[in-house]
Amino acid sequence: MSAVQEIIPPQPAPPPEPFRWTPMRILGASLLGIWIIAGIALVLWLVGAWDIDKVKTYGPKFLSGLATTLTLVGISIVLGAIVSIPLAFGRMSSNKIISSLAYGYVYFFRGTPLLAQLFLIYYGFGTFRTELEAIGLWVFFRDAWNCALFAFTLNTAAYQAEILRGAIESVPRGQHEGAAALGLTPFQTFHQIVLPQAMIVALRPYGNEIILMIKGSAIVAIVTVFDLMGETRRAYSRTFDFQTYIWAAVFYLLIVETLRNIWEKLEQRLTRHLKR
Amino acid sequence: MEPTASLGEQLYLLVSLFDPFCGPVGVLNLLPDGSLLSCGDTGWGDEVARGFFVTITLALCTLPIGLLIGLFLALAKQTEVRTLRMAANIYTTIFRGLPELLTIFMIYFGLQIAVRETAMALGFERGFEINSFVAGTIALSLVFSAYASEVLSSAFKAIPKGQYEAGYALGLRPGKTMRLIILPQLVRIALPGLGNLWMILIKDTALISVIGLGDTLRQTGIAAKVTKEAFFFYGTACLLFLALAMASSIVFSRIELRVRRSGVNR
Repeated sequence: MSAVQEIIPPQPAPPPEPFRWTPMRILGASLLGIWIIAGIALVLWLVGAWDIDKVKTYGPKFLSGLATTLTLVGISIVLGAIVSIPLAFGRMSSNKIISSLAYGYVYFFRGTPLLAQLFLIYYGFGTFRTELEAIGLWVFFRDAWNCALFAFTLNTAAYQAEILRGAIESVPRGQHEGAAALGLTPFQTFHQIVLPQAMIVALRPYGNEIILMIKGSAIVAIVTVFDLMGETRRAYSRTFDFQTYIWAAVFYLLIVETLRNIWEKLEQRLTRHLKR
Repeated sequence: MEPTASLGEQLYLLVSLFDPFCGPVGVLNLLPDGSLLSCGDTGWGDEVARGFFVTITLALCTLPIGLLIGLFLALAKQTEVRTLRMAANIYTTIFRGLPELLTIFMIYFGLQIAVRETAMALGFERGFEINSFVAGTIALSLVFSAYASEVLSSAFKAIPKGQYEAGYALGLRPGKTMRLIILPQLVRIALPGLGNLWMILIKDTALISVIGLGDTLRQTGIAAKVTKEAFFFYGTACLLFLALAMASSIVFSRIELRVRRSGVNR
């Protein structure tokens, strides 16, 4: 048995490997090059195709379409959040009937395409026109914008209910028990202890849901609501100029990326006490 | 008649033998004659059923393409080569940020323009029609692969580095390490996420009806316009999509059980 007699003296780090063009590097550079060339070509083409008449005609319409999209999504997210609260509690209810009803609602709206739901409401409710007229609701369902708002609210309520339920159930039971030991009432427990912790868990899914709704809202163009997509289709059908779609893509990407970055900042700020 | 057409017809006849809706043992045959969903010329059962098959075919065609592109994107995001990572991230940002409907329109009209220009440059006089099925498959594959790459790359991150090192220590080459050691574990981790993406894909196929593919939603829409029974037919479309979602969740839980069987119980 021999023990180590002398300590190996500290040595400098090995020199960095010399740069070599490996196949992966060549692939990466060429793919990135394709993206860069495509980007430059796109910008050059947009500059070349810049037509002040078209911009004057369709620019304001694009902006109003953008406003329509944002209003529609904003209102339906807020209304959906309100509808989602009873739904989420229904899902968590120990009453079999209530929880299965809420589950059925959520399953239907999450399992079918938003487009089919929109058609079901916009075209389908027309079947019951006389009945709807009798109770005075036809005025509401006659308008495509209202139908879209209604469909989006019901749809996002289902998704938000699941987000809310998941977040509330993610709060450990010890938190409830701790609050009960402190003598807090159930409402105080929920409001002061459970909800703040649940909202932090729900923050990221909520952000994703808003982004999904903004993207999903493009389908209202099919039922004659002139949102950003609707204005784009109208402009394309009049000019047959493909740059309308490119501009729409730029707008949508800008909104989604801005929202994503804002949400990331928000999350970093709100979870800074959890960082270790 | 051309021989190919008759072959196709024979194939269609063969497939229709196993048609669960309007085939010899189809459920819709149980309906009384003259109801809205009965088969043949009186009802819309066979048209809707054909749309339903188009929906399934479209989703099944998109899945392997999207998975393959998604896997390559995830691998690109894993590498130490920065340019490759950036190229993959640009792809993901674009196709996750764009509305699916816009992607579909851009592919459909963009391809049409591109094909027309190429055809004119090559000296063809008449233009070519872009098949909406092909355009739909491409567009949905782009979107699906962008999402799948995120699921797969987070699954890659969940696999400890020691697994690679163990593979290399055994003398396996990188490709073999990937195939024999990493991918089997990757499937197990990524399966729930991929199942969600498959559900989203099924729902996204409904958007292809907008560019004229006769899928479930379009066929029920035609029936709704002709019969003026919009609620009934769009309700049918919703129920068909629900049935598809239920069937896939059953299949996925089977696959998950099967895959987990070979895993380590921790």
